[in-house]
Amino acid sequence: MTSRDVAASVPDEASLVAALKARDPEAFETLVRLHAPRLLAVSRRMLDNEEDARDAVQDALVSAFRSIDRFQGQSKISTWLHRIVVNMALMRLRTRRRKPEESLEPLLPVFTEDGHHAQQFTAWEEPVDRLAEREETRRVVREAILGLPEQYREVLMLRDIQELDTNETARELEITPNAVKIRLHRARQALRTKLDAHMRRGVQ
Amino acid sequence: MTSPAHMTCREFNEFVMDYISSELAEDVRDEFERHLQGCANCVRYIETYKITVTLGRLAFDSLQHEPPAEVPEELVQAILSAQRNV
Repeated sequence: MTSRDVAASVPDEASLVAALKARDPEAFETLVRLHAPRLLAVSRRMLDNEEDARDAVQDALVSAFRSIDRFQGQSKISTWLHRIVVNMALMRLRTRRRKPEESLEPLLPVFTEDGHHAQQFTAWEEPVDRLAEREETRRVVREAILGLPEQYREVLMLRDIQELDTNETARELEITPNAVKIRLHRARQALRTKLDAHMRRGVQ
Repeated sequence: MTSPAHMTCREFNEFVMDYISSELAEDVRDEFERHLQGCANCVRYIETYKITVTLGRLAFDSLQHEPPAEVPEELVQAILSAQRNV
């Protein structure tokens, strides 16, 4: 089966998902041929090593097929697969990471004895949609997230990027929901500090 | 800045996440908003915190619009065979 054959015989998404849920191996091949091209592009952007990029796509598709019953059909299957491949790529990054992780503490806000912020914050003037349009900003944000210490990066990826809820994240990481909330807040605060430096450079 | 009887910036900071996701109890939320009205520094903090959360989501979502890659047939075969061997 070539990619052209697949394109000619693309089933609608509901029938494809139904066939996947019935564990039809041909449906899996259709899924692979339809979605691997985009997943590989994403994976290559996150990993600088071709072998890792391919492995992440393989892991993502195999894992998606195995857990297809968890796909509720509220989002498109491409969105669901995208999140899975991002997660798989992150797991690969984690094992291959060479740079030592930064400490989180210096990135958290400091308070005076009477409970005020020790620092004066600056507003980020540009609206968020304008910021997000710029590939440069998105790259800085991705790198900042990937540079967070592992336990914070994981929570942030699961909650804010894969959009699991607190309880789902807690189950995934085998920690309490309260620990998820504490870590997520610290991760977001640290990320805010990292982005702040970038935003100020942008202003100058 | 607030008087000591009210919520401090440090306490305010602890509630930022629950405030954004509308999970604060009403009385705490009122206190929180009172602090917000009187503290420009915390306004800037919470605004940039919210932008951070949105940018985090968008930074990876935007990868979805990458042009598709050419997938080598050997990768397709490797995936199909990995699935069979699960």
